[in-house]
Amino acid sequence: MSEYLIKNGFVYDPVLGINGDKTDIAVKDGKIVKDSELSSKAKTIDATGKTVMAGGVDVHAHVAGPKVNVGRNYRPEDKLFVGTAKSGMKRMEGGFSVPTVFRTGYNYARMGYGFVMEAAMPPLYARHVHEEIRDTPIIDQAALPVFGNNWFVMEYLKNGEVENTAAYIAWLLRMTRGFGIKNVNPGGTEAWGWGLNCPTVNDPVPYFDITPAEIIRGLIEANEYLGLPHCMHVHGNSLGEPGNFSITLDTLKQAEGFKPKGSFGRDQVLHHTHLQFHSYGGESYASKSFESKSREIMDYINSVDNITFDMGCVTLDETTTMTADGPFEHHLTELNHLKWANVDVELETAAGIVPYVYSPKTFIAGAQWAIGLELALYAKDLMKAFVSTDHPNAGPFIRYPRVIKWLMSRKARDNVLDNILKYGEKVRERCFIGEIDRELSLYEIAMMTRAGPAKALGLAHMFGSLKEGMDADVVVYPFNPEKDDDPEKIETAFSNCSYLVKSGQLIINDGEIISTGRKRTLWVDAKVNENAQVMRDVEQKFLKYYSVNLGNYEVLGEHFLPNPYIIEVDATQ
Amino acid sequence: METVTVTMKNQPTLFLEADNISPDVFAGKKSSEIAELHAFEGREQTTLGKYFEVSGNAGPSAADTRIVVKGDVTRVKYIGMKMSAGEIVVENSADMYTGAWMQGGTILVKGNVDAFTGIGMKGGNLIVEGNAGNYLGAAYRGDWRGMQGGTIRVKGNAGSDTGYFMNGGEIIIEGDVDVHVGTHAEGGRIIIKGNGKSKIGGQMVKGEIVVFGTIDVMMPGFKYVEDVEMEVDGTEGTFALYHGDLGERHPKKKGQIIYGNLYQKI
Amino acid sequence: MTKIVPDVICPFCGTLCDDLEVEVSDDGKTIVDIYNACAIGAEKFMHAQAKDRVTRPRMQQPDGTYKEVSYDEAVEYTAQMLANSKKPLMYGWSSTSCEAQSVGHEIAEQVGAIVDNTATVCHGSTLIAVQDVGIPSCTLGEIKNRADRIIFWGCNPTHAHPRHQSRYSIFPRGFFTNKGHKSRKVIVVDPRKTDTAKMADIHYQVEQGRDFELLSAFRVAVRNEELPDTVAGIPKEEIYKGAELMKSGRFGIIFFGMGVTQSLSKNHNIDNAISLTKDLNEYTKFSIMAMRGHYNVTGSGQVLGWQFGFPYCVDLSRGFARYNPGETSSNDLLRRGEVDSIFVLGSDPGAHFPISSVKKIAELPSVCIDPHITPTSEISKLHVPVAFVGIEVGGSCYRMDNVPIDARKVIDPPEGVLTDEEFLSRVNKRVSELMEAK
Repeated sequence: MSEYLIKNGFVYDPVLGINGDKTDIAVKDGKIVKDSELSSKAKTIDATGKTVMAGGVDVHAHVAGPKVNVGRNYRPEDKLFVGTAKSGMKRMEGGFSVPTVFRTGYNYARMGYGFVMEAAMPPLYARHVHEEIRDTPIIDQAALPVFGNNWFVMEYLKNGEVENTAAYIAWLLRMTRGFGIKNVNPGGTEAWGWGLNCPTVNDPVPYFDITPAEIIRGLIEANEYLGLPHCMHVHGNSLGEPGNFSITLDTLKQAEGFKPKGSFGRDQVLHHTHLQFHSYGGESYASKSFESKSREIMDYINSVDNITFDMGCVTLDETTTMTADGPFEHHLTELNHLKWANVDVELETAAGIVPYVYSPKTFIAGAQWAIGLELALYAKDLMKAFVSTDHPNAGPFIRYPRVIKWLMSRKARDNVLDNILKYGEKVRERCFIGEIDRELSLYEIAMMTRAGPAKALGLAHMFGSLKEGMDADVVVYPFNPEKDDDPEKIETAFSNCSYLVKSGQLIINDGEIISTGRKRTLWVDAKVNENAQVMRDVEQKFLKYYSVNLGNYEVLGEHFLPNPYIIEVDATQ
Repeated sequence: METVTVTMKNQPTLFLEADNISPDVFAGKKSSEIAELHAFEGREQTTLGKYFEVSGNAGPSAADTRIVVKGDVTRVKYIGMKMSAGEIVVENSADMYTGAWMQGGTILVKGNVDAFTGIGMKGGNLIVEGNAGNYLGAAYRGDWRGMQGGTIRVKGNAGSDTGYFMNGGEIIIEGDVDVHVGTHAEGGRIIIKGNGKSKIGGQMVKGEIVVFGTIDVMMPGFKYVEDVEMEVDGTEGTFALYHGDLGERHPKKKGQIIYGNLYQKI
Repeated sequence: MTKIVPDVICPFCGTLCDDLEVEVSDDGKTIVDIYNACAIGAEKFMHAQAKDRVTRPRMQQPDGTYKEVSYDEAVEYTAQMLANSKKPLMYGWSSTSCEAQSVGHEIAEQVGAIVDNTATVCHGSTLIAVQDVGIPSCTLGEIKNRADRIIFWGCNPTHAHPRHQSRYSIFPRGFFTNKGHKSRKVIVVDPRKTDTAKMADIHYQVEQGRDFELLSAFRVAVRNEELPDTVAGIPKEEIYKGAELMKSGRFGIIFFGMGVTQSLSKNHNIDNAISLTKDLNEYTKFSIMAMRGHYNVTGSGQVLGWQFGFPYCVDLSRGFARYNPGETSSNDLLRRGEVDSIFVLGSDPGAHFPISSVKKIAELPSVCIDPHITPTSEISKLHVPVAFVGIEVGGSCYRMDNVPIDARKVIDPPEGVLTDEEFLSRVNKRVSELMEAK
């Protein structure tokens, strides 16, 4: 296989502790190797004057599946005038906030990303998620099935049956070729089956009579019982509501007392996603009431060692919201009267989709923008804080470089507050962003976009670093840390890398995509002891309540996962 | 004002996409350069010069440029797309998307226009001496922001879906219209001097529709309010005012509900 | 001894029943019997084995008769036709697998074709309405387990989706609906007294062409506003009564079909029905669902969506995808003479399109990929038979509620007959060569 020597670049690798030293990176047979292992056939990639990092790892984005496709199909206007023609082996690209699968793969590659986690997979629709993942070029992907409103999970946890919960989860991960445990609006989305919700962690779910707090704790317990690579990944109750920060603290505190188990190297037992939407104070969105509670949230997170989060940073764009938080989306359409799509999924979950304009002319969009950044800038350990926009909910993923720019440059943030936001002054009053001096370094950005996410996902043995033995995901950005001081340069450089090596194959050469590589679909196969009761419950529920046969539920066949990468977990002890 | 004359000489076998026929694109160019501008027939990219005789040079800017389109252009789409200033005169009938996403300037079509004329219009003046097809001054598919501003006047009849999702501006149809006028409108004004059919103002949130002639079937969500004396497009008269669509949501201002207004001349 | 193949998916309609059991002969070559399918599904399986099955491509001769040609010749003719067109139309896709559709898209992208599916004469109106106002919906199991108010508007599932009512919508005893149909109230809106209407608690015989007005009237009634005495032939008291029945349920669902998607107002009918559903969510839980026709038209819309961003009427001629039904829809393209060749796979426009379009298909270079002899095949210049998806080859399909189900292979196709995917792959390869040479 190919050999490459990426020479003379400024390398940033928090795992190896390399902070901008000029180092050469050697790639052979799909892995990072010692320079000395390369033969004379190795091709040199000149990274002089450029930044070199491991391939990016995105811990949470909605890029593949039924609600993403509703977003595409029901928004022809999202495609107007932004298409890119096919050229050579590149397929045609379309869409701004909900890109087609080809554009998704190419744009992540252009940003130097090697792995993206599909944030939420409704189990009954798993095949759809995998078809889209299969058709997305270049990047490795995995998907998190949702469990927080699942009838089996709620019944087992109500009875305190952790072993049964774990057995069911292991079974479902296999059926759906899933990666880990996603928990969205616990309990509330089942309540939504009747048009209701669970706003706090103590509101019991209608009929099932279990609280969100119990679901969260139960799923953490089951996750650690299995020792899965990733931890329980939660989207807490009351997303987007003014004053919800106290519910978020209640959610985060469910992790108290739990320690990670298993051999995948993560430190956390709870990952809270798009934390920005959950850090609100006040009683309304009006500037006289609304305020940022990022300090309270970060004070708590900084005081514990078993929680990670991703930002969910608002990018001030017109975008499309889509989430398994069905009641939230209904609430949103009542606010902005824009087209609302909803799908309730039998026994499992729901999804809602509504377009949203984060207009810089409104106070609230400015405040939301501020809060996302504050959370990261207040973080003590940036190995626990990850860059995200909850794509496409707070903004399209192509804005990650812009978010990085804002994190790295106070000048760029002030520019937004003073020149882009209409109510910048009010945002300075109600939020903390105006008083934060901190500017993150490239080393810290590398923590937030590769080393940290890889570790949190239990994939630190493959991604997130340029250590020998890692998968050879290497990216060269046209950014010179010694000379480039214009923050705009950060955004342009991180949007279009000069070189990308993915799994040891050269994908981007001198800024051009020259290959689509051979992407893998990762999934977790957790082996548990035989559990006759769970199997019987499964058979019964399929017979009586599901609308498909049990024999047709599993994602089987090469045509769904042509290149699977299976992570085995032994939970039989 | 400089005039560029574009005369059809070779008909396309299929249809021609001529979004480059616009004062903004022609501005600053000589006739030979204009002839080299791209045009599309199916997947084939060709030039305007393959289909049209081009004479005259454009002005330095769009505002200084006038385009006269001669010959049979019933198979030419997108004339005047996105133009921001200047003038286009089409001597005969044009096809779809005439003046689509227009921002300013004037288009005069001396014949008919086909569907999607003036969609997403933001400003400017569009006059059609013949008939207009469906979706006149409508929004593009999926966009809740339809026509924002500008004026469209059709001397003949119009098809269905006139002013779909209209937000602003004015559409005047001097003849009759087909079904679905101002569906989902949230602003703007549509005047029909001839007769309407049905589904007028359906799902209307805000805005104004005036019908001089007959309405075959009134939408059930429109409630008679009172008679009003008005002058509309140069004609004085008494109009019955209806508020609606009562099946739809409506904004409030100072505690008062703001309905869509449908006027029918008595 | 025969064997039973369980969990077989029926490749006929959007109900996509997956509980069929097919009895095959011991040698696995013949279908002996089929269980659980409705009459239509059973016939599809049984007649796949008709003795007069076409098994080789047929080329139309100058005198109108057809002569057998090889698959190689068929591939060559098809590839040449597509490569030499300025704007080919590639239509159908609703009766084949997602894998085949995807290969078809690769070809379409190379030749700058229009890709359109049967929604263009069916639920395309629904797709347009969803693009304008969204759609509150659910999976069919939610209906089974929760719904107590069932509305069939402009559809007749007793005939068109025969097992729908027993599997999902009226009769099943679900988790919260263990009294079955006794716990449900049914409203049918249809100008005709259909067999489905006979099941209704209330049957609204709406005046033809006035569904949009009646839907508006229901919305007015839900908001407790004033109505005229009669709307669409229905007295206002009946409309208020219906609105009350809807609001008083725990979980309502509106199923709808061609009666509203293809009658006057088309997408506006669906738009208003969706808006009514949204309004009802202020009082109780309500959803709405399209009764999709072909078993994989939904899949075609999904694959087109994730690859190009639009569910039908996709125009690839400028190198990037564009969309506007009315311009890029098959019948408008044919009516206006905007395409110069037509490739049909997995549907029968010869039977379903207006005769003016059918005449155009007969005049233009045309290829029809279909296991059967159909009105389309008999006017196309080339007819290529293929295996039946769901019987002779497996493949991914999507149900009317967008749930993906993987259809199975039960028996082999007749000797030498290719699958859609195989034929399209060969055409794709040949088209690459031809386009490369240009």
